[in-house]
Amino acid sequence: MIGLLSYAVFFTTVASILAIAVLGLNLQWGNTGLFNGGVVAFFGAGAYGTLILGSAAQPDQFGGFNLFYPAALIGGMVVAGLLAWVVGILTLRLRHDYLAIATFGIAVTFENIMRNAEWLSGGAKGIRGFEQPLRDAFGGGLAYNAAFLAFVVAALIAVYQFLQHLVSSPFGRLLRAIREDEGAARSLGKAPSRVRLTAFITGSVIMGLSGGLYATFYAFVSPQDVLPTLTFQIWAMLIVGGAGNNRGAVLGAFLIWGAWTASGWSLSRFAPIEAQLYTGSIQYILIGSVIVGMLLWRPQGLFPERLVVSQSGKPGATKKQGV
Amino acid sequence: MIQNLVDGVLVGSVLSLGAVGLTMVMHMLRFANFSHAELLSIGAYSALVFDALFSAMMPPLTAAIGPLSMTWALALSVVFSLVITGLSALLIDRLVFKRVREKGSELSMVFASFGVAMIIRNVVGLIFGLGTHLYSKDIVFAVVLSRDPLLLVKPDQVFTLVAALLIMLIMHFVLSRTTLGYSLRAVAENPTLAQVNGIRLSHMIALVWLVGGGLAAVAGIFYGLSNQISPMIGRDLVLPIFAATIVGGIGSIYGAVLGGFIVGISASLALAILPSGYSPSMPFLIILAVLLIRPNGLFGEEQT
Repeated sequence: MIGLLSYAVFFTTVASILAIAVLGLNLQWGNTGLFNGGVVAFFGAGAYGTLILGSAAQPDQFGGFNLFYPAALIGGMVVAGLLAWVVGILTLRLRHDYLAIATFGIAVTFENIMRNAEWLSGGAKGIRGFEQPLRDAFGGGLAYNAAFLAFVVAALIAVYQFLQHLVSSPFGRLLRAIREDEGAARSLGKAPSRVRLTAFITGSVIMGLSGGLYATFYAFVSPQDVLPTLTFQIWAMLIVGGAGNNRGAVLGAFLIWGAWTASGWSLSRFAPIEAQLYTGSIQYILIGSVIVGMLLWRPQGLFPERLVVSQSGKPGATKKQGV
Repeated sequence: MIQNLVDGVLVGSVLSLGAVGLTMVMHMLRFANFSHAELLSIGAYSALVFDALFSAMMPPLTAAIGPLSMTWALALSVVFSLVITGLSALLIDRLVFKRVREKGSELSMVFASFGVAMIIRNVVGLIFGLGTHLYSKDIVFAVVLSRDPLLLVKPDQVFTLVAALLIMLIMHFVLSRTTLGYSLRAVAENPTLAQVNGIRLSHMIALVWLVGGGLAAVAGIFYGLSNQISPMIGRDLVLPIFAATIVGGIGSIYGAVLGGFIVGISASLALAILPSGYSPSMPFLIILAVLLIRPNGLFGEEQT
């Protein structure tokens, strides 16, 4: 019973952390129409940033600033935001494929540098020496994990509320206007590339928060945690849930993470020994098929975006200017 | 240093072949196709299958051609692999991209191509195993061109370069001298206007996939000839090929050729300074540099 409970806590924690990243992606893709092919770079920037800032000093290792935990977490988010700013400012003025290619490139490069720059990131060994905050206060174990889950869920709710507020605000309407018809938005005096950059950085900072929480949960991060596969998983979560719908994004995260762990478990349990080596391949084919299948048969996802008419076109209704 | 330059030229020829097909698809269908590099993998593996098949059926074909490690069987396989890969590209378009294109936006295509890449790569891994293969187990000794500075070149590499240049020359003549080439360029330039002039858009799209797939197959085989064949070919080459198209300017075929060589050479030269572990990062740095200096590439037109 305790085993089941602690597994449920573990599962919900990871799924909630990933749901935060999916929400960040939803702001970029669902609401603004920006293709981020390197989610994992911003996630990883948050993870590495948080641990480098928050861990105790290690020999031959950059960092070890031992910052107060919230400061380290915010620091990780800032690192993710800076990375997004560099990519965004170079590509968002150009044709849309450039952002897709550049973000994909930064994810490959980020993983490559983290794997090789031992002085910075510990190389393949990853970053150690991080103490989970308040671990002693809860005495570790299940009680601590439950408390951390509460913290993660609180963060998820905060991000969700923030984004709900954002997309229903005039800024959210502006994002959708640019997504649907850039020329029309520009003719109303809006600056699409600047608004896109804002949305891109905000989404990436949220991914950074997700990465920071992920690294805190494991108290460790290595290049294995920032493989391109994670980008696919987060994308699949958003597409299954429904791009443009925050509730769909969160549900998609839980659904896909559940399917992923369940398929991994059943393959390791029921597949013949010789096939075990290929468990990963089979899972990737499944997730690739989910992505392609959803795009072919239900591109709007399980929970489609609800388009709101913010002003009535009927005669007599009050008409407001601006988008 | 000179060795790096020579190696870079050879890698560049493979990248060029891959980039030409990719840039055509990107220009005509307006999407970044992340599954293009998987076509190289399909090409390399189908040549492996045909090579084994022909060697078993007609043993005399297993003789190597001159000083190359390439056998007559493999040379014959290139032709078959070219056709198979071109048809696979067409099939993928029919099954996935065409449907997404009719339904959704260009960005959905980018996304679909991510999924397709993932499926192809892992299906290849399931069929052929995750390990590496070689076309020939014979060791071909490199020819020492000079001792100081030390310069080693394998006959295979010279062959690869010459063949790649020859293919590009043929492409050039087809595009600039034939009606077919004019139609292709017209569609890439302005699909609507081309249709008004009686060019069948669907035929041209099919042709682009066939040609792109064929070139990718050759690139994949040449890559396999000088390196190893593994299911990760696509993953390792997708970014350098994209970098080549961006350097050349998306849509420019000559730009893609030049871009391939520039990316290949600069990545190899950079290894003279940086530790070799960083080589996967080089294409991205090149992309960044191009975006900073000349965002539309060397020959690209401004597009939004």
